[in-house]
Amino acid sequence: MNLEILGMGVLWLFLYGYMIVSSIDFGAGFFHFFNKISRKDHQVNSLIQRYLSPVWEVTNVFFVFFFVGIVGFFPSTAYYFGTALLVPVSISIVLIAIRGSYYAFNTYGAKDSRIYSFLYGATGLLIPASLTIALTISEGGYVDVSNGQVRLLYGELFTSLYAWSVVILAIISVLFISSAFLQYYAHKAGDDNSYQLFRRYTLLWSLPTILASGLVFIGIRQHNPEHFSSMLDIWWIFGLSFLFFALVVYLSYRGKRLGTAFVFVMLQFFSAWFGYGASHLPWLLYDELTIYDGFVNQTMAWSLIAAFIAGFLLLIPSLYLLMRLFLFDAAYIRGERK
Amino acid sequence: MIDYDPATYSRILTGLTLGFHIIFATIGVGVPLMIALAEWTGLRKRDPHYTLLARRWARGFVITVAVGVVTGTSIGLQLSLLWPNFMELAGQTISLPLFLETFAFFFEAIFLGIYLYTWDRFKSGWRHFLLVIPVVIGASLSAFFITTVNSFMNQPQGFELVNGVITDINPLVAMFNPATPTKTAHVIITCYLASAFVLGAIAATKMIRGNRHAYHKKALHLTMVSAFVFAAATAAIGDLSGKYLAEYQPEKLAAAEWHFETEEQAPLIVGGFLTDNQEVNGALEIPYALSILAHSNPNEEVIGLNEFPESDTPPLYIHYLFDGMVGIGIYLLAISFMYLLIRRVKPAWQYNKWLMRGIVAGGPLGILAIEFGWVFAEVGRQPWILYQIMRTPEGATTADHVDIMLYLFIALYIALGVTATVVLRRMFKENPAAHELEQRYGDRGDDT
Repeated sequence: MNLEILGMGVLWLFLYGYMIVSSIDFGAGFFHFFNKISRKDHQVNSLIQRYLSPVWEVTNVFFVFFFVGIVGFFPSTAYYFGTALLVPVSISIVLIAIRGSYYAFNTYGAKDSRIYSFLYGATGLLIPASLTIALTISEGGYVDVSNGQVRLLYGELFTSLYAWSVVILAIISVLFISSAFLQYYAHKAGDDNSYQLFRRYTLLWSLPTILASGLVFIGIRQHNPEHFSSMLDIWWIFGLSFLFFALVVYLSYRGKRLGTAFVFVMLQFFSAWFGYGASHLPWLLYDELTIYDGFVNQTMAWSLIAAFIAGFLLLIPSLYLLMRLFLFDAAYIRGERK
Repeated sequence: MIDYDPATYSRILTGLTLGFHIIFATIGVGVPLMIALAEWTGLRKRDPHYTLLARRWARGFVITVAVGVVTGTSIGLQLSLLWPNFMELAGQTISLPLFLETFAFFFEAIFLGIYLYTWDRFKSGWRHFLLVIPVVIGASLSAFFITTVNSFMNQPQGFELVNGVITDINPLVAMFNPATPTKTAHVIITCYLASAFVLGAIAATKMIRGNRHAYHKKALHLTMVSAFVFAAATAAIGDLSGKYLAEYQPEKLAAAEWHFETEEQAPLIVGGFLTDNQEVNGALEIPYALSILAHSNPNEEVIGLNEFPESDTPPLYIHYLFDGMVGIGIYLLAISFMYLLIRRVKPAWQYNKWLMRGIVAGGPLGILAIEFGWVFAEVGRQPWILYQIMRTPEGATTADHVDIMLYLFIALYIALGVTATVVLRRMFKENPAAHELEQRYGDRGDDT
């Protein structure tokens, strides 16, 4: 394996990590607001709050890691994606800023405000939608590179079936991943009302998830046949993803082994995500930029990898401690321990 | 209206984001240390006042951290959005410290989450105290790493540029360039100083309003002792920064000092204004001082601005920023020293209204000095984005709509600034320290 693929693999893993933790976070924020206005059991919300409070900052770092890492390993992405995505990514930044800060204002501030909780609930669904534009344009055809200028073609983007199918998949996946996690968390907390609620949500969002995935396949076939055919070459990985999905639905329906069910959710998205990523290679931006022509010099690549390993030796025990204290501490989840 | 020029708007937007971010970033670097000091003092003296101090500071800190995190994410992304050409070139050399900064921040974020939620979890307070140490280290390390990136922009090295192609890269040489030691030390210590004064200003406000609770007196004392130490260190490091500039970026120092002719025994110019034909009017001249600042020797020669082509020199208004920064630095040193002196020789005046007002002013002034210092450092290296390698407009984006994005972000920062202020005020107004002390420890404290 060469350094380019190793670098991209690691970054892709980070983006996957962000996808999972942020989905839990975004979805939880949305449910928090939704349950508040529909006056569902207050217990649900304190459960969500107990999960979110210690981890919200960590979620954001996964994202920062990805975008710092990709510019580090592939500096040319700064030129292409940076120029093309000025407007959409600026909007994402604004949404992320509103979400992060109003979450803190609502949770740690003196009183619980409906406006604040609306702001962080609603932005949670808009952020994934706005961020997916970066993925969409990587398929090519949405960016015009000529006369030393990089331009995003808004007309093409907004009228594209593929672009919209990705947005829909992003929003639905957020709700699905999040409810599957919260069903497990609520069950562990012995909070039956919340558990039943999130079990319903999980089942409710499962069908749309798979339909939206199908839609994305159709969209890619239309938009980038070359990418679609390399996806077909590794069709089994998407088959595997579907199998994991089926297991999630089965376990949730039976209400058994919900921790395992969530692991299957992670595997379902893991296989689909890496299948998508692998078939996308070698292109970073279809037709313009590959992982080979945009790669950083070798010295820097090695020092980044060294920094990576050192950093991880520090982070893994810390993350383990965080999870031990909050995620897997039954007394904390039940709210018996502050 | 000015014509649409993406480079100009990119500069304004970057300046705006950084200017807003550093208010919170400064607090983010400095306050964890103050929290750690308070908690440590509380444990050592078995004094619940200090422990509560740490607790309340930590609670307010979360609000500022949130805004710091999201604006930090903004500037991180804006580097690529607004300066894609610069990042494409510099990405080859500076991605290591950028990456390490994220690690440091990750480390801090994890432990801050744990720290905030485990106050009542451990039997021994010392165990909880241990959790704040990684927060302090992570905060200061991320300031260190990100400042090395800025140092690199001021003093690029660790690569060869052959016909526009970068070769022979050494990431560590790029990171530890000649600007790194003074810049990082100066940034970190001034963050500590400004934060100590911001917290001190809160306590001094209570004194002025006649709330003489022991809790606030202890807060005042702790912050002022720390502030004095940090201010003295700032002065020493500031002096080294001057010597660094004289050697490596003489035109920045010359522009800051309106020092046009190369001469020995150069005087330091304080205040004043510049006439159209570049004569200095109404300024205070301190003989030899610039030579001393630059070379520790009153007879040494200091290079003047006239030695440089005009296209390579920064705008001359940075003189005011330099004076403002240094002036405030001296003020902070003086007022914290006054507090310590009065406490020693005339304790009856320790909470004198004028002294307290002086300390209250120190809070916003400290933040203002940070802003002045940053603008001075950044504008002072114009016209370069990479000193003597790449001019600023060459690094900027060519995209449309940077102007609209500027207005979007102005609106965002106003909203965040206003809400954060409202939330912080309400948080502490609705739950005063005396009330919380009584609830937690059954102690009303003394009201002397």
